[in-house]
Amino acid sequence: MIDVQLMALLLIPLLGGVLLALFGSRPWAAELNSLMSFFTFIASAFLTMRVIDSGPQVAFGEQFFIDQFNVFLVALTAFVAFTTSLFSRPYMRIEQHHGKLSTGMLHLYYSMYQLFTFAMLIALTTNNMGIVWVAMEAATLTTVLLVSLYRTPASLEAAWKYFILCGVGIALALFGTILLYFAAERVLGEGGTALLWTHLNEVKGDLEPTVLKLAFVFLLVGYGTKVGLVPLHSWLPDAHAEGPTPVSAVLSGLLLNVAFCAVVRSKVLVDGSLGTHFAGNLMMGFGLLSVAVASFSLFRQRDIKRMFAYSSIEHMGLITFAFGMGGPVATFAGMLHMTVHSLTKSAIFFAVGHAVQKVGTQQMENIRGLLQVSPTVGWGLALGTFAILGMPPFGVFSSEFLIITTAMHSYPWATPVLLISLGVAFAAIFGKIQPVVFGETTAKPLPHSPALVPVFAHLLLVLMLGLYMPPYLADWYRQAAALLG
Amino acid sequence: MQIPLTLQFINLLAALLLLIAFAMLAQRRILSLINLFAWQGALLALSTFVVAYSTGQHHLYYSAGLTLLLKVLLLPWLLHRLIRKLNVRWDVETMINIPTTMLVGIALVIFAFNLAAPISQLAEGITRGLIGIALASVLLSMLMMLTRRKAVTQVVAFLSLENGLFFAATSATQGMPLVVELGIALDVLVATFIFGIFFFQIRETFDSLDITNMEKLKDD
Repeated sequence: MIDVQLMALLLIPLLGGVLLALFGSRPWAAELNSLMSFFTFIASAFLTMRVIDSGPQVAFGEQFFIDQFNVFLVALTAFVAFTTSLFSRPYMRIEQHHGKLSTGMLHLYYSMYQLFTFAMLIALTTNNMGIVWVAMEAATLTTVLLVSLYRTPASLEAAWKYFILCGVGIALALFGTILLYFAAERVLGEGGTALLWTHLNEVKGDLEPTVLKLAFVFLLVGYGTKVGLVPLHSWLPDAHAEGPTPVSAVLSGLLLNVAFCAVVRSKVLVDGSLGTHFAGNLMMGFGLLSVAVASFSLFRQRDIKRMFAYSSIEHMGLITFAFGMGGPVATFAGMLHMTVHSLTKSAIFFAVGHAVQKVGTQQMENIRGLLQVSPTVGWGLALGTFAILGMPPFGVFSSEFLIITTAMHSYPWATPVLLISLGVAFAAIFGKIQPVVFGETTAKPLPHSPALVPVFAHLLLVLMLGLYMPPYLADWYRQAAALLG
Repeated sequence: MQIPLTLQFINLLAALLLLIAFAMLAQRRILSLINLFAWQGALLALSTFVVAYSTGQHHLYYSAGLTLLLKVLLLPWLLHRLIRKLNVRWDVETMINIPTTMLVGIALVIFAFNLAAPISQLAEGITRGLIGIALASVLLSMLMMLTRRKAVTQVVAFLSLENGLFFAATSATQGMPLVVELGIALDVLVATFIFGIFFFQIRETFDSLDITNMEKLKDD
């Protein structure tokens, strides 16, 4: 049964990729893209119910492994991929109308969008640490041509940087995986099972600590490049600012989470093997550094998408810090933060995308008075900004509150850094977004009506998570946190 | 201790691999660089074959064949075609001069051996030095990536980095599971195609393959 459900989840986006590779230039390609993403979302919902009912399980001869932690990311990924496909339908048509994209480019976009979803779902559900690497690299490869979709000098530069830096980063992760296999082979023997996470998790106490320590450094630096941890983050703002906005939304909302999942899986093994908090400490260090550096960089930004890209680095840093602390509360808070950050950040990018289309520039000093032209886009951006800055009653407030109180309790020295950074981020983003939303307008009407349902749907969910967390959801997160230790 | 002949041979190949990594670091002609890359691939295929023979791991024969096909024949051929089409011959200058790069390279090798020392203790017998050598050639390729200005050279560096990793996988651990190796090979192949597409896009937009043109994106 689980085999069938998993197969549906993985084959639908693959089929979507093939179909859109064939029919991507037809007028109904956008609808087909949304439809396939919708089916993927339904499949993920069934899989989620199954896993919540009957606990962690393996599928296809242990090649895939699904527990509460990754099924939560699967559901989130499928949901945001679906809403983003809804958003991209009018967005890409407007871009085409403005003459920025040709039909051929849209063709590439649609088929790569489905294959990107496929690669991310493989990376999340596979049990094999080697396949995690292969799928992460595939996810990079499918998005690199999307970043350079506009073929402008700036977008080519961004895509080249993305390709080279992530290529080097992920090569280091492969070296880490090889070291992991080197250690595992001595315990589990040669052959197929020595890279399976479930097997590694069983014998993690016997794995050679010196090798695993080095392996983790490589894995963290490698996958950390994709997560966007400072000092390996320099590709991220460029790629997010220069690519089409739906791509920025999925890169920021989803790919960073998927890379982070690989880091968490490695951390569980390494801390189990060492019996110390080595991996956790390393993650806390990288996390704090990312939060601090990204917050202070926010002041210097003029490009609106670039600014929100830095805000993603800040939030990924916070998540890394939370998982680094470990323990049920911090892990719970980290997972909650992953959820609300994905939802809020993609909603912001949707609103920003339409705002930029109205004004024709990404420079914030030229975007003024969105509320006057389009109250919905304006409020969408304003509320999204409030949410991402951690204002109550939005869900980001709850998760940040949990992270900071846990830090105060266990690592008091870290709290000033966190509080100052969050304060600085607040001042920077609020100060820049306030005149963008309120004030005198410069914008003009759009040829197609913008897609704002996804924006408000996401923000409503984030609001709900802030005000009231359904008990089954809390229970699900708690189970996942318990699994990760 | 009597060391088996096959292991001595693998060690020799590892040393040659490191030598080629240095030669690539010093080479400024793109054409020779691609030839060196093909030689590196050939050494890799040979060492994989020897490991397969000495350990009796059958799937390593496939890996060796795959390496030969992909890294000695297909990729160099593609790269040759590319540079003929794009008409780039010389890597005009490096960002740091070559002797300095070599010195930095030596420092990296020492660093790699030190880093790998605790792991090497665990490996049986002769495979000891191999992880250090593999790590060193990975770091040298990275150095090459950092110091070169032409997009094509960066790609050759990227591919030779992959070679270093592959050497680590086959020689130090006797091969990753086949499905993983196939996946990696597929990724490398797709990456090369995308690089090719990029070259044309970059050239169309910037009129050259010099990546110093691409340093416009800064925070301001």
